[in-house]
Amino acid sequence: MGLLTIARLTIWEASRRKLLLAVVALTVVIIGMSAWGFLKIWDLENNGHRVTVTEVRLISSQLLILIAFMFSFVLALSAVLLASFSLPGEVETGVVLSLLARPLRRAELVLGKWLGMAALIVAYAVVAGGLEMLVIDLDTGYVPPHPVQLLAYVSAEGLVLLSMALLLSTRLPGIAGGAITAIGFLMAWIGGIVGGIGTAFQNQAIEDVGIVSRLLLPTDALWRGAVFSMEPASVVAVAKAAPPGASANPFLATHGQPVEMLLWVGFWFLAVVALSVWSFRTREV
Amino acid sequence: MLDLKEKLAPQAASATPAIHTVELAKRFGKTMALAGLTMTVPPGEVFGFLGPNGAGKTTAVKLLLGLIGPTSGEAWVLGAPIGDLAVRRRIGYLPELFRYQGWLSAREVLGVHCSLARLPRAHWKTDIGRVLEVVGLAERADDRVSTYSKGMQQRLGLAVALLGSPELVFLDEPTSALDPVGRHDVREIIRGLTEGGTAVFLNSHLLTEVEMVCDRVAVVDHGRVIATGTLDELLGGHAVRIRLTGLTPAERASLRRFGDVDDEGEWLTLRDIDLDHVPDLVAEVVRLGGRVYAVEPRKQSLEDRFLELLARPEEG
Repeated sequence: MGLLTIARLTIWEASRRKLLLAVVALTVVIIGMSAWGFLKIWDLENNGHRVTVTEVRLISSQLLILIAFMFSFVLALSAVLLASFSLPGEVETGVVLSLLARPLRRAELVLGKWLGMAALIVAYAVVAGGLEMLVIDLDTGYVPPHPVQLLAYVSAEGLVLLSMALLLSTRLPGIAGGAITAIGFLMAWIGGIVGGIGTAFQNQAIEDVGIVSRLLLPTDALWRGAVFSMEPASVVAVAKAAPPGASANPFLATHGQPVEMLLWVGFWFLAVVALSVWSFRTREV
Repeated sequence: MLDLKEKLAPQAASATPAIHTVELAKRFGKTMALAGLTMTVPPGEVFGFLGPNGAGKTTAVKLLLGLIGPTSGEAWVLGAPIGDLAVRRRIGYLPELFRYQGWLSAREVLGVHCSLARLPRAHWKTDIGRVLEVVGLAERADDRVSTYSKGMQQRLGLAVALLGSPELVFLDEPTSALDPVGRHDVREIIRGLTEGGTAVFLNSHLLTEVEMVCDRVAVVDHGRVIATGTLDELLGGHAVRIRLTGLTPAERASLRRFGDVDDEGEWLTLRDIDLDHVPDLVAEVVRLGGRVYAVEPRKQSLEDRFLELLARPEEG
């Protein structure tokens, strides 16, 4: 099937072009350093006393949120780079002509690319995230309350950016589509904080900014879902007791994502991927 | 001989034309890239599509392959409407400006195309070996394409187009990056294809190349076909140049009965002359009291004809 051939080719390209190698090497360094770092938490002292197990796990839970943030950022940038340059590059070199002269639908080309890149994103999130959690568990005995949800949220965040960048790449040069997606990612993050401020000051207009930005590019909603899945019960209790302004803090979540939001994300994926297919089908190559 | 041809022929060597178009047109914004192309390419023929750069040649190929949609008109390729997916399995295509994935080897590029063309997996290895041999890339087949010269990339493009023994092959400027040896090889490959019953649609602005291999030619300019036919029809018979003195203008004009006279002073050119009448022409000049210094029979070259066609103002 043409779709699977294109998906395989996409994965092949990432590995041949040493993108995978670079990301894997960096990830190994990061995990190695964090393995050493988490072990050092036991050496901390509080008023002359060694830290307790509870304290170590609390510190670990907060550090894990920061590390997850960094991983999600690496994942986001990799997704944007992967997706932005793939189609435009093939249109420019004429590779796309030789592919489409075969019994291959344009939809299969776009979906095959999406599938190949999505497999890379999810594989990276699961392997890197899983290893990091394992290392922390071995060092401190801390395991986040919802590890599978965490991996799913972080993966989905990468997939959102991948889909967005792929949609733009059906019409725009790689550099333009990549820049727009990266800026959109940062704006959605800021939009989430702004929305939180709106909630704190009970200003509907400002709160709506956050809601609209989450609907347009749901990366921030997914990130907050990831944060919630990493928070032990004690942290959630503190978050819930905090004043409403706390919801502006992107590293603290008072509640999980509502089902409606998850349904919206599912619909968002369908719509953006369908739009990509339509956009590429109607383009002159 | 017939037997051999049948063996080499692709699956269906029927009488269905390889290509048939009716008023096929394509407009990009305000630019008419192709204006009403009507033509038929019989199966197994080498069809030359000639025209200066920007005449609409590549647009025509892209339309026929279904890579772009027509603005108006209709076309059938191997009996199916353009864009038909199943028919693409029976078509080979060498694009004009292209670079294959530099991070793959030639053998891997061919493997990808075998998969996309849905060739039976059991045949991949032999077919890939065969086309690599045909285009002369067998020794470098496992090197990365990024290390290839332009000429080698073009050979690889040709190999991709030959995969799966297609019934129709589109070659868009196949020799633009090749040296004279490479061009000769391509001509041999095209001849080999037609012996196997494959039709070839050759886009080119290299006239000698077209003249050497094509059965039939269409000349396009500004998106319009300005002449079409077999090479003999297009080149319009023979001409003779004769250098003579001693005839009055009226006597020179009287030679018109042998062919169209083009009076250049010392030289006269008679177009569309029957070569059997050349001795009679000379005898007539002598009878009229003229002196003949030279007689040069010549066939009009495609280049002359091409330039003549392009220079002619558009007729309707």
